[in-house]
Amino acid sequence: MTTLLEVSGVSVSFDGFRAINNLSLTIGEPELRAVIGPNGAGKTTFMDIVTGKTRPDAGHVLWGEHSTSLVGKSESAIARLGIGRKFQRPTVFEAQTVRENLALALRNRRGPFDVLFSRKTGQGIARVEEIAVEIGLGDSLPRVAGELSHGQKQWLEIGMLLAQDPRLLLVDEPAAGMTPAERAHTTALLKRAAETRAVIVVEHDMEFVRRLDCRVTVLHEGSVLAEGSLDHVTQNQDVIDVYLGR
Amino acid sequence: MLRAVLLALSALLWLPAAAVAQDLQSLLQTYRAEIEKPARKSVVEVLDALVASGLPGVPLFLERWQDKGVYLRASDGLFYYAAPEGEGYSLSAIGDGTPAGTAAASDLTELRPNGGVRKEISGALVEFQLSDPDISRRQAAIDAIARSGSADQLEPLRASIPGEPDPVLRATKERLADILAARFAATAEGRVAAIGNLADDLSVDVRAVLNQILATTTAVAPALPEGANIARELTPGSGALPADAAYARLVAAGLAPPVVGRDAIKAALAAHIEGGRVGDVAVGDLDTDAARLAVYAALAEAGVVPPTLTPEGQAAALAAHVFYEEYVEPDPVITDAARGALRAIETRVGAYQVADITLDALSLASIYFLAAIGLAITFGVMGVINMAHGEFIMMGAYTGYVVQQFVPDYTLSIILALPAAFAVTFAAGVAMERLVIRHLYHRPLETLLATFGISIGLQQLAKNVFGTQARPLTSPAWLDGALSFNDVVSISHIRIAIFVLALLFLGLILFILKRTRIGLEVRAVTQNPGMAASVGINPDRINMLTFGLGSGIAGIAGVAIGLYAKVTSEMGADYIVQSFMTVVVGGVGNVWGTLAGAALIGFLQKLIEWGNPSNTLAAQTYMILFIILFIQFRPKGIVALKGRAAGD
Amino acid sequence: MRRSFLAANPSVLWFLLALALVTLGVTVMAEAGMISTSFVKTLGKTLCLCLVAVAMDVVWGYCGILSLGHFAFFGIGGYAVGMWLMYARTEEIVAASLAAQALPPTVGEIRDAIGTQIFGVVGASDFPLIWAFADRHWLQFPMIVLLPGLLALVFGWLAFRSRVTGVYLSILTQAMTLALSLYLFQNDSGLRGNNGLSGLQNIPGLGGVGQDRISIWFFWGSAAALAAGYVFFAWIVSGKMGSVIRAIRDDEARVRFLGYHVESFKLFVFTVTAMVAGVAGALYYPQAGIINPAEIAPIASIYLAVWVAIGGRGRLYGAVIGAAFVSLLSSWFTGGGAPSVPLGVYTIHWTDWWLVLLGLSFVAVTLFFPKGIGGIFDLVAPRPVPDRQGDYGPDDGAWRREEGEP
Repeated sequence: MTTLLEVSGVSVSFDGFRAINNLSLTIGEPELRAVIGPNGAGKTTFMDIVTGKTRPDAGHVLWGEHSTSLVGKSESAIARLGIGRKFQRPTVFEAQTVRENLALALRNRRGPFDVLFSRKTGQGIARVEEIAVEIGLGDSLPRVAGELSHGQKQWLEIGMLLAQDPRLLLVDEPAAGMTPAERAHTTALLKRAAETRAVIVVEHDMEFVRRLDCRVTVLHEGSVLAEGSLDHVTQNQDVIDVYLGR
Repeated sequence: MLRAVLLALSALLWLPAAAVAQDLQSLLQTYRAEIEKPARKSVVEVLDALVASGLPGVPLFLERWQDKGVYLRASDGLFYYAAPEGEGYSLSAIGDGTPAGTAAASDLTELRPNGGVRKEISGALVEFQLSDPDISRRQAAIDAIARSGSADQLEPLRASIPGEPDPVLRATKERLADILAARFAATAEGRVAAIGNLADDLSVDVRAVLNQILATTTAVAPALPEGANIARELTPGSGALPADAAYARLVAAGLAPPVVGRDAIKAALAAHIEGGRVGDVAVGDLDTDAARLAVYAALAEAGVVPPTLTPEGQAAALAAHVFYEEYVEPDPVITDAARGALRAIETRVGAYQVADITLDALSLASIYFLAAIGLAITFGVMGVINMAHGEFIMMGAYTGYVVQQFVPDYTLSIILALPAAFAVTFAAGVAMERLVIRHLYHRPLETLLATFGISIGLQQLAKNVFGTQARPLTSPAWLDGALSFNDVVSISHIRIAIFVLALLFLGLILFILKRTRIGLEVRAVTQNPGMAASVGINPDRINMLTFGLGSGIAGIAGVAIGLYAKVTSEMGADYIVQSFMTVVVGGVGNVWGTLAGAALIGFLQKLIEWGNPSNTLAAQTYMILFIILFIQFRPKGIVALKGRAAGD
Repeated sequence: MRRSFLAANPSVLWFLLALALVTLGVTVMAEAGMISTSFVKTLGKTLCLCLVAVAMDVVWGYCGILSLGHFAFFGIGGYAVGMWLMYARTEEIVAASLAAQALPPTVGEIRDAIGTQIFGVVGASDFPLIWAFADRHWLQFPMIVLLPGLLALVFGWLAFRSRVTGVYLSILTQAMTLALSLYLFQNDSGLRGNNGLSGLQNIPGLGGVGQDRISIWFFWGSAAALAAGYVFFAWIVSGKMGSVIRAIRDDEARVRFLGYHVESFKLFVFTVTAMVAGVAGALYYPQAGIINPAEIAPIASIYLAVWVAIGGRGRLYGAVIGAAFVSLLSSWFTGGGAPSVPLGVYTIHWTDWWLVLLGLSFVAVTLFFPKGIGGIFDLVAPRPVPDRQGDYGPDDGAWRREEGEP
């Protein structure tokens, strides 16, 4: 397992409020990691920093074998390096079909002229269908994404992530609003994805995290409070204080 | 003559009784021939004598003479004042103006001094008027001198200063005496001293006098003349003296032969066409300048046409001469003093101009603030762009106009118009919010277009109702005129009033937003509509009131703008882009941001106009370009909301 | 590939067929003398307006950028072609008058004479730098697309780079348009100030051909340009490119996280549509005969948006219908074609009330028929409409909820 992403000493503040405070974190490849923490712990902001949406005030975010710095790169450049992100609320393109959504995410050249002159290849079509089957939307390819149920939209978004074929997957509360059966399916999807790549899952739901069965990082007030297996961190006194109140 | 006048004046002032040695009629009889047929030269002597006599009737006589009111009666050879009465004339005596019966027109000869003579008479009269007991006549005399200052007015003017009772008029006289002395004082020291006195005066006429002293003529000579008062040397080919103009001067001075121009060459060639050829070249080949010149040179060699000068020859001729500007005033001491004084004045004028532009910019900024603040409120609170905002401004202005049709008293009508305009546009704003905008929340671009539809409808409606010509919105008399600090810095009362109005509204809006319940609710809705609704604030009501408030302020801005600009159906469109720019530059959702935006745009526009005063179109173009660039560096405006609240 | 493109987009075929029928009908009627030359010109101009409306639809309806500057690009195209038309036409006149002189004119004399002719109205006679190419059409014609393209590229780069979106962007484009028209209004802009360029209906080298002939040629040219532009844009919006730009319209942040450089795509669409707008303008103004800065004023660009909205956004034929319908209706109303309505106390003259009607109907369309006239076609061939809930995404500037209605 080699180090894929290294976040060190990162701080960011909004109007004097320190959302992230000297945060350091390392993810290997492949690895499945769950990030938990109470509201306002900085989970979403952490993802914003990695994906380039928010610029840190201090610290380094290094990526890959050559330790490329991600700070200052645009969101799209970071995405092209191989970081995919799934938002808390399912954000798929509702006016377009499932096929179009997946094709949009498919790993291809992203320049305007590449896109303009791109042609459908048999390989691409096959890959889209393969992913559709994997996320359980094999029959829904011509449907408009807006018609899908909430859970299906979540899967479609995960499918779009898979189509991107990223090396690092950032997943924000994937199980929110899902039925138990859908949760099980989602867990399986994520665990399968983590066999070949790094996956970071931000989640509230302890039960879901337990089912992921992976290393857990607990964030609190913008920095790492504890790290280790779920059993290890749940026995940590600090974590208990934070979660149960002082 | 000057001494005589002086004597006469002192006699008039101090010894009125003692001087009466002779009566006026007999004095006039002494000069009868000159008075009957006066010439400009000879009349001076008469006038001197009249003034020197110190007789009390002299000023009146001079005035009547000048106005062609003096007649000579043939029967007794005496002068009378006469006025037409019935068939004939009624006469009055010259000395004291007592009635002296009547006379037939045939018996009288009107004295008709010509223009030159009248001018001399009025010159003599000024000397009396300067000391006239009536202050308005003294003022008139001073004004007359200020208009057409001449050398001989200096001494009478100076003489009248010590006796001047009015301090203001006295100061004016002293200044005028300095202005005259700067040009006409007998000695160089006197002139330099007068110029020195003027160095702290900013008025335009002082600057004009100094510039007059510094007037130059451009001249050319083989070498700089000795002893001439040279202002500067000119280099041919420089911006001040292009080479062409320099050579033309040489030609005009007879120092070089004229250049045969293109047109002249063409004419000469055309005159020498023989059988389709000029010289030995076919006419058809003469379609380049080089070909024409070559043929012309051949013709010149043959002596048919005058030779032309080569460019090298021209350059040599230019190099052999010096071009310079020479002061008309020969004494360098005086020109130096004038230059120094002018420079000092101009420095101060520059400083005051900065102050003046600052005032102008402040008033422009307050107009933009008034026009934009309503927009900023609706945009900031509701995220709604109201393209019809400009038409609300127009509505306010037309409301003011309509009120004036019913209330003739301008002061009262303005006082009524402000709340009326607010009420009308408030109602219009609320109606628009209820009928249209409410259905389009979260569709900002469609709101923009729908309100634009309303905007073109309202504009055309106003055109149909009020016609296309501009309607006046007359300001009350106490708003006319300007507050002027000196000749450079002044600001019209209307602009001060608009500034005060803008300050008032800034205060009012800040008060409403920060100190009242409704303001609290508005701010709550601005920051988090969902949360506000869940704590029991009715966002519908808030949106309606906010929109009404924003529109109402636009109406008030309309009255203010209408007072100094014309009211037309298109006036809103003139302000809408500026208002948008103000909001965008200032930063959305913040009163201070709008203020900063208005100030920036107002100052910038004045600054650009000052740099390029002739071209207001260019000023606006550059300003918009600046704003586009400004957005690059501060996309959220000057006063930006930061952090998560900004919604990024 | 081409066949499958047309097969996949049957509306393109229907459109081309309809356009061909209209062209044929107008040609036959013009030849038969049933419609006047000026009406042929009006129709030709309308086709050009349809073309710029299609471009506007792509940039607004598909990419979500409400540009209030595309009529400026249209005007620049008109100015670019107008410079050559005016130069070449004046050259013909000047050459004829100079030929009467004893000596043949020099190049400099001809140029000076043309300059005096063209710039006499603004008190100048020298050619400004921007006229450098005007004497050669093979240099000037590329300016029809290059100038609008360059302006769009620079402006778009500045605006998109700083992530100006939504109404901000609209206002910024409006400011750009205003700045351009104010600049052109100046006498020393080098383009004859508010006089504009005139006499453009006289085509150099075609002095002997009557306006009835030229008008029908331009009508054909405009129809061909509209057909080409329509197919071109249909091709752009139908493929993967269309998918990306519609995605940008609906949620640009999400597209960014998919690895697309959103700014480049917006810039591409903005610039390409600006260039097509330039072509439309270059065909329009020779038919109008005159171009002046008032044509570029922001209001014209807003009308363009109005046409597209009334016709129906997000479908190319909607833009064409909207532009044709509203502009023809507008010239019918303002030209005095519509009968006045006597109401007893007041008579409604439509020349006065047309704009009020337009404004109100525009509000009505926005409120009640957001799909515009093009929505009628959904009755024939229903399009799948997603049952959508909630906002599209987190971006306030982007299209949200109903505004993304296809």
